[in-house]
Amino acid sequence: MSTYIALIPAIPLLGFLVLALFGQKLTGKTIGIIGAGTVGIVALLTLIAGTEFLRSLPQVKSYSVVVWHWINAGNLKADISFSLDALSLVFCFVITFVGFLIHVYSIGFMAKEEGLSRFFAYMNLFVGSMLILVLADNVLLLYLGWEGVGLCSYLLIGFWYKEPANGYAARKAFIITRIGDTAMIIGIFILFLSFGTVNINDLMRQASEKWVAGSSIAVITAALLLGGALGKSAQLPLQTWLPDAMAGPSPVSALIHAATMVTAGVYLIARTHILFSLAPIVQTAIAIIGALTLLIAGFSALAQHDLKRILAYSTISQIGYMFLALGVGAWSAAVFHFMIHAFFKALLFLAAGVVILVLNEEHDIFKMGGLRKKMPAVYLTFLIGASSLSALPLITAGFYSKDAILWYSFSSETGSTLLWVAGITGAFLTAIYSFRMIFITFFGETKTQPSFLPGKTMTIPLIILAVFSVFGGFVQLPESIGNIHLFSNLVDNTLPAVVVNKTGHSEIVFQLLSAIIVLAGIYLAYTVYLKKPALSESFSHSRLNRFFEKGWGFDKLYDVIFVKPVVWLSEIDKDDFFDWLNICISRLALLMNRLLGITQNGKLRWYLMSFTIGIALILTYLIYR
Amino acid sequence: MNIFFYIAGAIAIMSTIMAISRRNAIHSLLFLILSLLAVSVIFYLLNAPFIAALEVIIYAGAIMVLFIFVTMMLNIGMEGRTEKKWLSPQMWIVPAILAAVLLADFILAIRHVPDSPPADQAILPKQVGISLFTTYLLAVEIAAILLMAGVIGAYHLGSQKKKVTHRFLIKK
Amino acid sequence: MLTVPVEIQIILAGILFLLGLIGLLVRRNMIFMLMSIEIMFNSAGMVFVIAGNHWKQPDGQVMFIFILAVTAVEVAIALALLLQVYHHFKTLDADSVNKLRDHN
Repeated sequence: MSTYIALIPAIPLLGFLVLALFGQKLTGKTIGIIGAGTVGIVALLTLIAGTEFLRSLPQVKSYSVVVWHWINAGNLKADISFSLDALSLVFCFVITFVGFLIHVYSIGFMAKEEGLSRFFAYMNLFVGSMLILVLADNVLLLYLGWEGVGLCSYLLIGFWYKEPANGYAARKAFIITRIGDTAMIIGIFILFLSFGTVNINDLMRQASEKWVAGSSIAVITAALLLGGALGKSAQLPLQTWLPDAMAGPSPVSALIHAATMVTAGVYLIARTHILFSLAPIVQTAIAIIGALTLLIAGFSALAQHDLKRILAYSTISQIGYMFLALGVGAWSAAVFHFMIHAFFKALLFLAAGVVILVLNEEHDIFKMGGLRKKMPAVYLTFLIGASSLSALPLITAGFYSKDAILWYSFSSETGSTLLWVAGITGAFLTAIYSFRMIFITFFGETKTQPSFLPGKTMTIPLIILAVFSVFGGFVQLPESIGNIHLFSNLVDNTLPAVVVNKTGHSEIVFQLLSAIIVLAGIYLAYTVYLKKPALSESFSHSRLNRFFEKGWGFDKLYDVIFVKPVVWLSEIDKDDFFDWLNICISRLALLMNRLLGITQNGKLRWYLMSFTIGIALILTYLIYR
Repeated sequence: MNIFFYIAGAIAIMSTIMAISRRNAIHSLLFLILSLLAVSVIFYLLNAPFIAALEVIIYAGAIMVLFIFVTMMLNIGMEGRTEKKWLSPQMWIVPAILAAVLLADFILAIRHVPDSPPADQAILPKQVGISLFTTYLLAVEIAAILLMAGVIGAYHLGSQKKKVTHRFLIKK
Repeated sequence: MLTVPVEIQIILAGILFLLGLIGLLVRRNMIFMLMSIEIMFNSAGMVFVIAGNHWKQPDGQVMFIFILAVTAVEVAIALALLLQVYHHFKTLDADSVNKLRDHN
């Protein structure tokens, strides 16, 4: 068992090494096999480890293995050690499984690209780092994985580096997540200073023993870790990088910016949940941030006309739901939504990738249309994904996961009606924009002809993900409908169960409400975008629409507050003041050279005169002493 | 006897001053020979007759003659005008001041010379010879080698080889 | 016997030396400079003889003989070099042989 756990992060890293060192010499097919194969092997290993884990429940709740000793310096002892418990098992499963499907898809998608070995090397490195992150036993190793995924995100967003805009997008992503990372590492420092250990379980145990709930140190540390999570998961106020990160290839967007990296923040908060329960203010802040983000992103998604940007804002919005769930203490609901979201969002991104590729890199949905008949498989899978995203009642997995969150946002101990209202509005918006996307892209007249049909490597992962988007939800059904608690039972082994306020409202009312809202949203989208497109036309030229399209002006705000002053300062310092100091020193030396050079004029009598003067002076001095 | 010393000393100083201030090289060298003769007298008075003889023979007789030969060879007596231009009165001021300063230091420095042991006899050349060839034998041999090196060096440095450029290297 | 105080004798030698020094500093023609150097050598040798006489040892005179030998060699070589300089620069001006200088 422990070998499996140790192998799980190791194999993708091995794949990375092989591809990085020998990738130039291998053929495209071999690269694809190695790249996808490593992740496939790891998916299999996760399955095996998972079954073993499930079998040994409930006696053994976690396994850990120490691979080697990493740092042993004074007080700081950190090892490369991994631990598998329910939370990391769920994450591992999603990462490896969805990752494997995405890798298989990439074989077809990136077939004609140059730098294929580089792509798969980076992807493998990413999967390895993400697995290190979720399996890490101590915060230092977690931070290592954290930084690793940040690096890979940068490398992969800027994969087509010959286009400068891609480089800027990658840089923007890296810098903004770096802000979060700095907050996180300070939080880690505080934890280490307070407790002298970096092992996560030890830290959590000691924190619950020694820190008083609501004390300022707990609040500060929790807030700092939250900062890290905000950066990586693209929530307010660090959400501006994700829409620009769509400059990378679609598989990258699917893997990193939909399914896995952006959920690292969710993982971090879930993993350190004890710390957050010691700082209820921060936890409420998480919920509020989640609610605000999902609304802002939802409105923004409504106004986009780039297919991938709609999906990017949708991702921000859905992670907002996860944060909302974390904020009200519904830990298992958040993780459940993470899993389901991974399925349908990856599906949507992959399908969008197919559409874009087939239409010769056309990203604007208003230039697409009528693809329903031309690409039926893609259309159907896209439809399933979008339905799951909008939480179409009863038949999609998204309904169950989102519904759980909505219910808990109202009924939990720390929940409130306001949060629920925000959530339900978000659901309404989600339905509108996802079906807007479908209607404009797949219905109507064909404005751009598809140049070819996608092959099997691209379609089969879509189908598999579509199946999961429908049936994945059936592991966790609410009480009123089927009362299956497979998922929460599993996760509750690690995370505490949500505490529900028995307020007397029954769940079914809320479920009906959300169902009605979703259907209303779909109908609205149908009317506005399909039946009477003129309505949407007039709206799309309004100032409000443009405000939404620019992501509520956050980019501009940051530009004015941060970017412009820094650029202005560097302009002032262009003739570097400190450089001037150094130049002065060198100029002084040159001046001395010229002055002394005058005395070296080659004339013998000068030299003699200077001897004589020197002798006279020295002798006079000596005699008069 | 003292008076002879003072007279010889005065002559030496006077002729040295004349030697360094003449425009004509030959005049200057002749004054210098006179100065060396005066110094030779002083040496005789200092119980060093052998040295006095050597001074005249070698210094005045060989070295100064060498100077005179070279001066004649280079024919610089004709450059009286250049010397006049070069030797303006202002040139003397600063060196004179420096020399005065040094002289003052010198005089102050040697005020405390210890007394000499009682005078018994003059030092004969015989003693010098014995000392040369017993105690300082090695130095004598080295001086001889030095002289030989000097001869060879002077011959080599003095030769004028006409610079011959290969006909291919001549710029047309 | 000579009863001139030793200080006076040495001061005489010193005056001759300084006269040579003045000559060296003032004259521009290289022949004169070499001549002044000769004066200086001579006066230095004179100090040795004075000292030898003062301490009643033959070493002073021996030293003078060596100085004489050195001076002779030095004059020979110096004059040979002077000839070379004259043939190269066509002048005996000490200020014109200033090629070894800072070319800034």
